[in-house]
Amino acid sequence: MLYAVLCYHDEAEVESWSAEQDQAVVAKRGAVAKDRLRPEQMGPVLRLVPTTGATTIRSSASGELVLDGPFAETKEQLLGLYVVECDALEEAIELAREMKRGEGGAFEVRPLRVFRQGMLPSDKEIG
Amino acid sequence: MSDAFAIANMLTGARPRAMAALLRYFRDLDLAEEAYQEACLRAVHNWPRKGPPRDPVGWLVFVGRNAAVDGLRRQTRHVALPAEDVLSDIEDHEAAVVEQMDEADYRDDILRLMFICAHPDLVAAQQVALALRIVSGLSVAEIAAAFLAKEKTIEQRITRAKRKVMAANIPFEAPDAIERAKRLSAVAAMIYLIFNEGYSASGGESHIRKSLCDEAIRLGRLLLRLFPSDPEIMGLLALMLLTHARMPARLDAAGGIILLEDQDRSLWHTGLITEGIALVEKAARHRAAGFYQLQAAIAALHASAKRAEDTDWRGIALLYERLEAVQPSPVVRLNRAVAVFKANDAETALMLLEPVEDELARYFYSHGVRGALLQELGQKDAAREAFNRAIALARTPAEARHIRERLDGLEAMAKKRKRPVSAE
Repeated sequence: MLYAVLCYHDEAEVESWSAEQDQAVVAKRGAVAKDRLRPEQMGPVLRLVPTTGATTIRSSASGELVLDGPFAETKEQLLGLYVVECDALEEAIELAREMKRGEGGAFEVRPLRVFRQGMLPSDKEIG
Repeated sequence: MSDAFAIANMLTGARPRAMAALLRYFRDLDLAEEAYQEACLRAVHNWPRKGPPRDPVGWLVFVGRNAAVDGLRRQTRHVALPAEDVLSDIEDHEAAVVEQMDEADYRDDILRLMFICAHPDLVAAQQVALALRIVSGLSVAEIAAAFLAKEKTIEQRITRAKRKVMAANIPFEAPDAIERAKRLSAVAAMIYLIFNEGYSASGGESHIRKSLCDEAIRLGRLLLRLFPSDPEIMGLLALMLLTHARMPARLDAAGGIILLEDQDRSLWHTGLITEGIALVEKAARHRAAGFYQLQAAIAALHASAKRAEDTDWRGIALLYERLEAVQPSPVVRLNRAVAVFKANDAETALMLLEPVEDELARYFYSHGVRGALLQELGQKDAAREAFNRAIALARTPAEARHIRERLDGLEAMAKKRKRPVSAE
């Protein structure tokens, strides 16, 4: 089974960390993963830019709305994610719009700050 | 991670929201500050033992409010404080407070708090000092160090500023849309001011100055969280992030300025650059480019160049032209001229500078740029004169040293050319 570990935290607090504190946290987590896992057990590692960098595509009566910010409603849960490389935000929004067409919910486009490839076997599909 | 570390950061992160709510309640800056400080003392005492509350802001507001009200009561009627046990057992009360304060409340409260600091009656130095004291919670000693001023001076500056805003009778109702827009731009300008205060110290880059930039960025993020669809606030934050990203490469070991084109780009902070560019792109979708956005877009083009020679000077020159249309100023014209020089030629750039020469007469950079342009065009005497004027106007030894190097380069060039001539 593949597992995703999603990191939730208070943004206002995390952004109060100094660069040194931030590095210490990241280093600590890296050390835990290194101690506990064989290299091939670690998949991609992602760090998102803060929520202020997010854009959300949501359905409305008049079609798809593109909104600033991560406005997930409490009745919506994070159910999956894609990592795509696009030349510009517009391209990523268009892609998300296409993928979402005819579905409810909301797709959030959130730039990545850190992306480490990881070692998981490719194309491991579950279910 | 230690408790002290976690709690200190929780308090820093919660401060603007908690202070803003306390100010709305007490309508008095000093009282709100005392209430917040008391709440923090109790948090430091309670949280390590009982674990931090689910909503730190709600807890701080509730405890701060109670403590200050008790304090007021004691002064007037000498009613005893409730037992500490009762005060710390507030799970139920806390929920009610949190419920009352949704994002909309925070938004108006924080904006009001920041607006009070950005009050038009205050001069810039007062605005910045007050914001750092009230919103950020820096100590007077820390602020004094940041301004390279005496603690007493800062103390007086803050006291006077407080007196002035309290006399101005700030309305505490939620501001209407027009008023909110006005406040937002005043607050944005104040945050920008704090950032520049930290950034423009080209000499003596002490730790506290960098932390001023960090603080301005934190406030910018806070503002953007409150107004997620305002492209100018996106631009402001992006501009600060992209500028700050270059900090590690700006000065050499001796504290001398390293020009953008000579900076070691591997030292630039890639995380901040990614975030800044993402925000510039996001803002551009609004098709309402303003002062901060255009500057951020320029910074983004610089940051996107892997090497100095990859810089898109044509794009930068165009952005400066648009910036000049939005907010014309001699300094913007000067920067535009530099970009035009890099994209086209020195002659076109000099022509752009001609109409603003008088206005820029007292400006250090303008003479440096003029010198470089004249040097490029082979007008050595005029170039030397411009460089000499620049040295006379330099504000720091680092600036003067930099121009002197240009001047030395000019002399060296002149000698090299003269020698064969004299041999003839």
